[in-house]
Amino acid sequence: MKAIKTPLIAALIILIVTSALGLVTNSYIQLIVLFLFVNSIMGMSLNLVNGYTGQFSLGHAGFVAVGAYFTAVMTTKFPVPAGVAGLPYFILISLGSGLLAGAFGYVVGLPSLRLKGDYLAIVTLGFGEIIRVSLNNAASLGGALGISSVPSMPEVDLGGFVISNYITSLIFAIFWSVICFFVIWRLLKSSHGRCFLSVREDEIAAEAMGINTTKAKIQAFVVSSFFAGIAGALYAHFTNYVSPASFTFLMSIDAVIMVVLGGMGSMSGVLTSALIITVLPELLRSLKDYTGGVDLRMIIYSLALILIMILRPKGLFGDKEINLNWRKNVGSST
Amino acid sequence: MEELLQHLINGLSLGSIYALIALGYTMVYGILQMINFAHSEVYMMGAFFAYYSAKYLNLSSSPGFTSLAIVLVTTMVLCSLLGLAIEKFAYRPLRKAPKLNVLITAIGVSLFLQYFAQLVFGADPKVFPTLIEDQTLFSVAGAPIKSFDVTILIVSLLSMGILHFLVYHTKLGKAMRAVSHNASVASILGINVSRVVAYTFIIGSSLAGIGAILVGIKYQKIEPMMGTMIGLKAFVAAVLGGIGSIAGAVTGGLILGVSEILVVVYGSSQYRDALAFLILIFILLVKPAGMFGKNRIEKV
Repeated sequence: MKAIKTPLIAALIILIVTSALGLVTNSYIQLIVLFLFVNSIMGMSLNLVNGYTGQFSLGHAGFVAVGAYFTAVMTTKFPVPAGVAGLPYFILISLGSGLLAGAFGYVVGLPSLRLKGDYLAIVTLGFGEIIRVSLNNAASLGGALGISSVPSMPEVDLGGFVISNYITSLIFAIFWSVICFFVIWRLLKSSHGRCFLSVREDEIAAEAMGINTTKAKIQAFVVSSFFAGIAGALYAHFTNYVSPASFTFLMSIDAVIMVVLGGMGSMSGVLTSALIITVLPELLRSLKDYTGGVDLRMIIYSLALILIMILRPKGLFGDKEINLNWRKNVGSST
Repeated sequence: MEELLQHLINGLSLGSIYALIALGYTMVYGILQMINFAHSEVYMMGAFFAYYSAKYLNLSSSPGFTSLAIVLVTTMVLCSLLGLAIEKFAYRPLRKAPKLNVLITAIGVSLFLQYFAQLVFGADPKVFPTLIEDQTLFSVAGAPIKSFDVTILIVSLLSMGILHFLVYHTKLGKAMRAVSHNASVASILGINVSRVVAYTFIIGSSLAGIGAILVGIKYQKIEPMMGTMIGLKAFVAAVLGGIGSIAGAVTGGLILGVSEILVVVYGSSQYRDALAFLILIFILLVKPAGMFGKNRIEKV
């Protein structure tokens, strides 16, 4: 019971804060809040591979695309139960998205994780691009147009008291974010997670200690792709639309920036930078008129990447975590 | 038959452009063991350098070999300066850092140049000035041989010849080969490693500039995002031939160029960009050292 208490409390706090934010503001802000969770899941899952296992993947968008397309297909080509009954159905579908993306991760990871460093980066980039090009050419999946009118989360009517679909979306997003956080968190404290860390620190030494490094890398990669697929499922529901153009290399770069900026191997770091990555483009949106439509955020991101690598190579947080210490034994048990 | 010949010529000229850019990747990799992701952006900037130098020197009104030569020289100089600046400000501070950090920095530099170019030059494509007139010089077995393709082949063969001379018959080349073999021993023997690295960047960036001009001549369209795809393909060419090997980069580039044109003609043009990645994945799984590369054993 104690193990499940922390996630529950965390979820409740996030829910109260974010719904308070949502109630007083417009749908634009609401979408940004929802995307905060999509980006957080994307960042946390990539951090498992890039930060904790030390394998540099540049193809995260590909797995997000797999998850998003699975959800889009399952909810548009097949009948969806209306009302409250839709909610468990959507959760099942998103679980399926994650599993499919995880399977893709296994297929992609098995050959490519034998490579190291630069090569792995290029090959994962290549796989991401191949997934995107294939989606672009798949006529049954809408080709370049993608799939539109993916259903949003349903409204729930509790006998007169209506919970808006923003709140149900929020619950859905928080549900998966908290699961993602705690699965990765607990995983890292387990013997499997220790294997990941040892692969990052020194692969040869880890191998000498009898760790099956390829297996460890693939495990990390599959879990990471699973949650990337979940992020994709959320993405599909929240934007109601998926197309190959949404899952370009730049989405992978977004995820990489989250990991690098926050600190490779720090959950709190990734969550902080997910917040920055979500909000910054919106703040910069008004500047587009002055720059002739050029995305200033990419200039800022790229400079940030270079400067962080030179000045603070381990990212803002390094591998430290924010420890709120609001219950003593939470901090000490880590 | 003439059609096939025509496609082969197209493939060869595309391939020699890939080869020129692949040489930059392979040389930097040989010396620093890093993939210079920003190389494709040096190439892109080269196209714009050429565009603006032709514009301000009023060369597009008088196409011919002198104009081409002037643009080539200015672009090579500007590209070298850019390459040097990247090396000095982004890579040199990280010389002793873990490989992953260098890789991330390289990606950062590449993204920065892409979007900086969009900001400065504008995001929409520009028409490259006519430096050489397009005419059919002669025909072989019914297939017309265009002056574009001949220029591309001559210029790239010439640059590769000069590079070969530089690497295998000069003192600098000897120093480069020594550094690529073992940097620390080379520095003990009195070779200034930083200087060799700087020269490598100068040579690689100039080659990228030449490649950019040749692409501009043949395809006549330049834009800030033009570097990404061709850079990745040139990188694939370098890996295919065996990264670190000069002959390998040239062979890999030619193979990739020809096979890409054949895929477009006899297959589907949709998959031309996926082809390079498929080749890359295949080669890395079957023979990671490439065709001409040597397998290096990692020592603790």
